Amino acid sequence: MTETFAHLSNNAVISATVVFVLAMVAHMLEWAAARQVRSADRDVAVDRVMVGASEVEPGAIPDRAAWTLTEGHGRGGAVDRRLGDGGDVVGTASDEPDDDELERTDRFGRIGFALTVLGVLLLAVGVACRGLAAHRVPWASMYEFSITGCLTASAAYLFLVRRYSVRWLGLFVTAFVVVVLAIADLVLYRPVEPLVPALHSYWLYIHVSAAAIAGGAYTVGALASVLFLLRSRAETRAAADPEQPRTGFLWRVPSAQAIDRVAYRVHAFAFPLWTFAVLCGAIWAQYAWGRFWGWDPKEVWAFITWVAYAAYLHARATVGWQGKAAAYVALLGYSTFLFNFIGINLFGSGLHTYAGV
Amino acid sequence: MCPPSESTVTDSAAARQPVGEPPGDSGRSGKQQRPAKGPAPALAPLEFARWAWRQLTSMRTALILLFLLAVAAIPGSLIPQTRVDPSAVLTFEQQHPTLAPVFDRLGMFGVYSSIWFSAIYLLLMASLLGCIVPRLRVYLRNVRQRPPKAPRHLSRLSAYETWETSASRTVEAERVERLLSGQRRRIAIYPGDGETVVSAEKGYLREAGNLLFHCAVVVVLVGVAFTGLFGFKGGVAVITGQGFSDTLTQFDDFTPGARFSADNLPPFSFRVQDFHVAYQRGGQAAGMPLTFSADLLVRDQPDSSPYRYDLSVNHPLNVDGVSVFLVGHGYAPVVTVRDGTGHVAFSGPVIFLPQDGTFTSFGVVKVPDASPAQLGFQGYFFPTGALSSSGRPYSAFPGPDNPVLTLVGYRGDLGLDTGLAQSVYVLDKSGMTPLRSSSGQPKALLLRVGQTQQLPDGAGSIRFDGVQTFVKLQVNKQPAKIVPLVGVLAAIVGLLGSLFVRPRRTWVRLRDRDGRTVVEVAALDRVTGGDPAAHVAEVSKALRPKEQQR
Ligand code: HEM
Repeated sequence: MTETFAHLSNNAVISATVVFVLAMVAHMLEWAAARQVRSADRDVAVDRVMVGASEVEPGAIPDRAAWTLTEGHGRGGAVDRRLGDGGDVVGTASDEPDDDELERTDRFGRIGFALTVLGVLLLAVGVACRGLAAHRVPWASMYEFSITGCLTASAAYLFLVRRYSVRWLGLFVTAFVVVVLAIADLVLYRPVEPLVPALHSYWLYIHVSAAAIAGGAYTVGALASVLFLLRSRAETRAAADPEQPRTGFLWRVPSAQAIDRVAYRVHAFAFPLWTFAVLCGAIWAQYAWGRFWGWDPKEVWAFITWVAYAAYLHARATVGWQGKAAAYVALLGYSTFLFNFIGINLFGSGLHTYAGV
Repeated sequence: MCPPSESTVTDSAAARQPVGEPPGDSGRSGKQQRPAKGPAPALAPLEFARWAWRQLTSMRTALILLFLLAVAAIPGSLIPQTRVDPSAVLTFEQQHPTLAPVFDRLGMFGVYSSIWFSAIYLLLMASLLGCIVPRLRVYLRNVRQRPPKAPRHLSRLSAYETWETSASRTVEAERVERLLSGQRRRIAIYPGDGETVVSAEKGYLREAGNLLFHCAVVVVLVGVAFTGLFGFKGGVAVITGQGFSDTLTQFDDFTPGARFSADNLPPFSFRVQDFHVAYQRGGQAAGMPLTFSADLLVRDQPDSSPYRYDLSVNHPLNVDGVSVFLVGHGYAPVVTVRDGTGHVAFSGPVIFLPQDGTFTSFGVVKVPDASPAQLGFQGYFFPTGALSSSGRPYSAFPGPDNPVLTLVGYRGDLGLDTGLAQSVYVLDKSGMTPLRSSSGQPKALLLRVGQTQQLPDGAGSIRFDGVQTFVKLQVNKQPAKIVPLVGVLAAIVGLLGSLFVRPRRTWVRLRDRDGRTVVEVAALDRVTGGDPAAHVAEVSKALRPKEQQR
């Protein structure tokens, strides 16, 4: 039975990798196609904030292109929400972009999204079978961290697409997943192994699932922050030089402010979960090793990540630190998170012996 | 900035507004409120103290201190720490003879109890307390106040709609009030000259959650400090079949908290009846332990009746607030040493400390009773002995499949009478000479279970009788550990409130104009992440006359 599940898992993960590659290619084509399309919001002053829903007629959107990238897969009622969230993207269009090009851009985007859904399903099967084969949570080696992390990150993305119409993150998310899965398949792969006794505890399940989900959300939050920084740079440049043509993908994603809002929401979701994960880890350490907190390298870096994201939340409320500075703090937080799972696993020692490669 | 006063509260609220959005109801922008950058040239001491306190409790300082805390935590994860792994520190000191003293001076081997680390978190604590107290005051005042009046120009808010209706102002005001009350909103009506303004506010729980979270952080830290002060932590290795009683002399190592008194040790005792361990066989993970557990026979009091307890990794023993954890295990080879006169000078199990995952273990056998001279042995135990291609013995598997003991013997003075404490795991060879074979080399003794080897020069013999196991236990007491636990729960609840409650103010202004009523609706979120425009759209949908519905 173990053999069967292990086999199934390997095949599912490899298939998922291939599907994600295709999804990434589709999103690349979407970007490439969008290069030609002029921004619909050319006339909307960049420094103008949030067009209120009142100024836009949901029924009379002049420009479908402006939708496609902010739009998820059409869901009743999504229109209003989208207006609120990415409101300013749907600015008042002045010149109608070429319909065919829009059609193409949108089609690539849709294909990419559909493939992403398929990839997530395959990856879910892969991760689940890995767990079934090993009779435990799939979180005992770097290979398993990687596939589980990719699953939670891409699932978080799907959830956000449903909730906040963030299909514009598609290329970033698929590219990230492709890179990590490729490394996992080619470099990190290890056959299924049982768990050391210290890990036999239901706290492990709680701790690990919370950490994995928080990690997935942090990943999406970091990708959104990167996109935010790119878009705000574009906006700053455009503000300096109004004549500059606003073409390309960066002008087809929501405004920097709307992206920032999504990034904040994702981080605000991830932070309490991460807090919870760290605390469950402490309680479990009490049972396993007889102390809540021992400044073991893994614990130190979990703490550093926690402090960094607390700093991010503070930065957003500190004069002079909003916007870009806060986004950099978020990325700093994410790099400490990554270091915990890469650096410490490779070079570190300590009680978290399962943290082997 | 952390608001020490009402004005800065609104200030930080305004500062939180998305860039470019009109400032909040206060009409002040964050910039105007920014405290002076440096101290003014001539500050009286009191003023200076007040200025320093304001700086310390400012949001920017909190941010910087949080950064510093994160950075200060890093070295402790890269440099070995005495409290986590003392032997790694020793190794580090040997490998870096010039760097180590510098590191030692800087507290790098004990980062988390070093002065500079403590300084950062104490400052953070002070900043936190200085932040909480005034905010608590402001919060209590705010909660009792009515929702604030509307800003003069509602149309400047990003979430804004306006229309005209033929309904009279009073009728319309009643509709607005009905619509906005409920839904945990608080309402205030400000009548004016030819106009009525309905103010509504909700989301007071955000600030409450935020305050709860920050208070809980203090509770957790104080609780942890208390636990450390009054608790203790001890370690002991117990050979299977032997016992332990909870008195100071029985511990191998013992770290009491500053306020711990040894009288507080509850008088329990136990015997390790048996120890079970199973290892993975075959596959890449061969040798990985699958389970281990120890059968204990416990007595809570010296005269109470004993009971059995299955001690395993996630299943500690708790007696009277003291917990016993199974944190490791290893082998204790049983040897019998006869001295030159043929008497049995030593017989019994000796703990060998595991050095690696396959339980290659190092240990020392001291035989002070041997005559004419004392005997000592040191060497390695291999549970599954094998020879590498270069002829060195190693352990192929952690289970005792083929136990092998390799020792070198010494004769002379063990140095036990000097009065200095001596580790049972270290042989002081300063007064001893190795037992040499006829070739003049120190004689390597290699023993399998049941074998006896004669020592050179008629010094006697040593016999490898068998193998026992030992368990490494950690015993500790963490009084009042419920306090940090409760703090932690409160922190999470507070955090959820603080992050997911969105304070929002809604204003509806009704103005008479030519016998009709102009309705203006606007909303302002006090934090980013919300969608006030959608809310305004909702309100407008409910209020607008049918023919104006969109
Ligand atoms: C141990 C240190 C601290 C930790 C771990 C911490 C953590 C946090 C977290 C996670 C938040 C986010 C919750 C939210 O956005 O509402 C927050 C918000 C906040 N913190 Fe702290 N904090 C600490 C110290 C301080 C200090 C010293 C101050 C005062 C200067 C302070 C003032 C604030 C304020 C005013 C907010 C609200 C920000 C907002 O409304 O968005 N914190 N803190």
